[in-house]
Amino acid sequence: MKKDIMICGVGGQGTVLASKIIAASAMDAGFTVHSAETIGMAQRGGPVTSHVRIGDDAFSPLIPVGGADLLIAFEPSEAVRNLKYLKKDGFVIVNTVPVKPTSLGSSEGSNGKAEIEFVKSKCRCLTVNSDELCAPFGSSKFFNVAVLGTAAGSGELGLSKEIICDEIVKIVPERFREKNMAAFAAGYKLGEENNANQ
Amino acid sequence: MSKKYVMGNGAIALGALSAGVNLVAGYPGTPSSEIIETVVRYPHEGTYAEWSVNEKAAMEVAAAAAYCGARAMVTMKQVGLNVASDPLMSLAYVGVKGGMVVVSADDPGPISSQTEQDTRRFAEFARIPVFDPSSPEEAFEMVQDAFEYSEKYRTPVILRPTTRVDHAYASIEAPDTFHAREYGGFVKDSKKWVIFPRLSYMNHAMIEKRNTEIGEDFSSYRFNTVSGSSAKAIAATGVSYAYAAEFLKAYPDIRLIKVGTPYPLPESFLLNALEGVSEVLCFEELSPYIEESLLKLIGKHHLNISIRGKLTGDVPPSGENDADSAGRIISRFLGLEYAESSIDCSGAPQPPARPPVLCAGCPHRASFYAVKRAMKGKKAYFCGDIGCYTLGNAMPLDMVDTCLCMGAGITMAQGFNHMDKDAVAISFTGDSTFFASGISGVVNAVYNAADMILCILDNSTTAMTGHQPHPGTGRNLMAAPVEKVSIEKLLIAAGVTKVITVDPLDLDASTAAVKECAGIKGVKAVIFKSPCVAIVKPDKKMRTDSGKCVGCMRCIREIGCPALSVSGGKAVIDGNLCTGCGLCSQLCKFGAIGGAEE
Ligand code: SF4
Ligand code: SF4
Repeated sequence: MKKDIMICGVGGQGTVLASKIIAASAMDAGFTVHSAETIGMAQRGGPVTSHVRIGDDAFSPLIPVGGADLLIAFEPSEAVRNLKYLKKDGFVIVNTVPVKPTSLGSSEGSNGKAEIEFVKSKCRCLTVNSDELCAPFGSSKFFNVAVLGTAAGSGELGLSKEIICDEIVKIVPERFREKNMAAFAAGYKLGEENNANQ
Repeated sequence: MSKKYVMGNGAIALGALSAGVNLVAGYPGTPSSEIIETVVRYPHEGTYAEWSVNEKAAMEVAAAAAYCGARAMVTMKQVGLNVASDPLMSLAYVGVKGGMVVVSADDPGPISSQTEQDTRRFAEFARIPVFDPSSPEEAFEMVQDAFEYSEKYRTPVILRPTTRVDHAYASIEAPDTFHAREYGGFVKDSKKWVIFPRLSYMNHAMIEKRNTEIGEDFSSYRFNTVSGSSAKAIAATGVSYAYAAEFLKAYPDIRLIKVGTPYPLPESFLLNALEGVSEVLCFEELSPYIEESLLKLIGKHHLNISIRGKLTGDVPPSGENDADSAGRIISRFLGLEYAESSIDCSGAPQPPARPPVLCAGCPHRASFYAVKRAMKGKKAYFCGDIGCYTLGNAMPLDMVDTCLCMGAGITMAQGFNHMDKDAVAISFTGDSTFFASGISGVVNAVYNAADMILCILDNSTTAMTGHQPHPGTGRNLMAAPVEKVSIEKLLIAAGVTKVITVDPLDLDASTAAVKECAGIKGVKAVIFKSPCVAIVKPDKKMRTDSGKCVGCMRCIREIGCPALSVSGGKAVIDGNLCTGCGLCSQLCKFGAIGGAEE
């Protein structure tokens, strides 16, 4: 398999954990993996990206523009910011819930609708609402694992449910395991439904 | 042996452990911090590791180890090398016995740094060899080679990864347990280990001669490579090589020269590689180092080759390269059509700027706000420093007027005080920065009779770089509980006239402490003590009462906490982010924020 996956969002949304689980799962499935993260000052609420490159012919850690097979966007405007990295026939999974930049102060900022419409008009895309998806788990902090489920269920990730679940068990601290597994399952179901609808 | 999926910094650590490193010391700094953290994570026997108080201390601790014949590694970010340059420059003359590798991580962009300086220049300046890895895999091998070369030539050697190598993950096949090497111990010899002008004179001559030999030696080094045979060639180093190689996969005939050891220049290798070449594009980051080296080389050998790169405007002078710029720049040079096969994003809604902000509930926000309140209506200069709290510059806090380098907040506030007696001079210094390089500034201020307020933002960690311990935390890297070094006692011992320790989350007490200090002559200090919320996870959160909230937006306007936002004209708190610090509730005049719940 050769697959370039980009994950984007805002610092603090838990994108790094998602990329770690994908990388570990792909390695378990026997592939060569390279990945790269945003670390440092930008982690404090800035735009963050993770690049996960599966396959033998990736030389560099960063996915080239127009190179990603799959873009998992944790935030609508971040999906737009990084859409240029997607292949023309690539697939986007995007969260519809916006994160308002603190710099906007007391103005309300975008509700994310225009961004989602734009993404939809440009590529194959599946929208996910993190608030709704994570409501049963009490916190949108579980979105990172839930959306992994969506990616797996949609068939776009190319990795089996079992392998990913094994990695979640290994990587996530025990006390959060149960909720993460449930979040993954909920996300998976959503992805599967989408897959069936296509 | 097993495969380990680690970041480049982890690969460097595993390489050093595989080389039997005896001592590792460093000071945290993005993108280098994870090296030392990884060293202590794997089972190792006989390897001593420490977070030193700053890079100069680390360099000196390591130098002693290398004098003993032990293998030593020092880690830092590029600006840390400025701090450690005093011992390094002398050490280059004195030389070492055991292998000594100085890891100085450069940060093209810059992504998390004050400068875009190029450590390859530093290596040349100090006349010591430098290795430039293009991937984590290569860094793993290069650090081991670096120890060998260091011992062979008895000189400290630099390994210079860049952010994209440090923070890229790859699988590394490495042992599972490690043992440090046996070493002989220190043999006294003052003609060798005591630097004097005469010794420096002799060694300088020796070093220049030796460096020519190292250049020859490097000419057969396995990470200096050439592929393809075209007359137009690309020369690349570090991660830029990886971008170029990936793009040129489709053009295997194009000559691609990789320089893994920029200094001393592997001249014979390059002369060979340039055989039949008419034009070279140097694709590199930071400074035009290879470009200038090649210009010198072709001048020396009267070669008719044109050298292109940053100096000719083909490659941007600043910022980082990436896969995309590699494609564009190399295509232009080769006269290829570069077809961007990405989605047309014209007409996209403009994504908002997202400058980094202090975390929700960060105690620094409260400290800044207290000082702001206390100084309201007064003329004051706010001298910031390096750490998360540099972010206190952002609106609406706007409490950082200057930030220069580690420790400069204190000394600059002193300078402002001498230049403008009408203003209150205030410095903000984090606890780790205080230990790293703040103390001498305090002594300088007291000695020179300054009038100023030191604000020490003590959050019990080195937050920005990933929460490393420091002398005030009572923990060190070997995890042993150690005596806490008291900031308060240090300040008192230095002669600071008034030292008040407050909890910044108590807004009124904090404001009063600052006001009190402002009324006293001399050097005064307020220690704002409250842990970083990223390490001490509070389990409370606040709520707004929409019935009481009148929509004045004072809380949002004044403090800029990312957990606060507006919805339907009222302030709302994001329960996922709020830590219940209570700062906003102390601001609300209508009692609309409260109800901390467990
Ligand atoms: S209590 Fe207020 S200021 Fe503190 S974290 Fe929560 S919303 Fe932010
Ligand atoms: S990591 Fe700690 S010190 Fe840094 S902004 Fe967050 S709470 Fe503040």
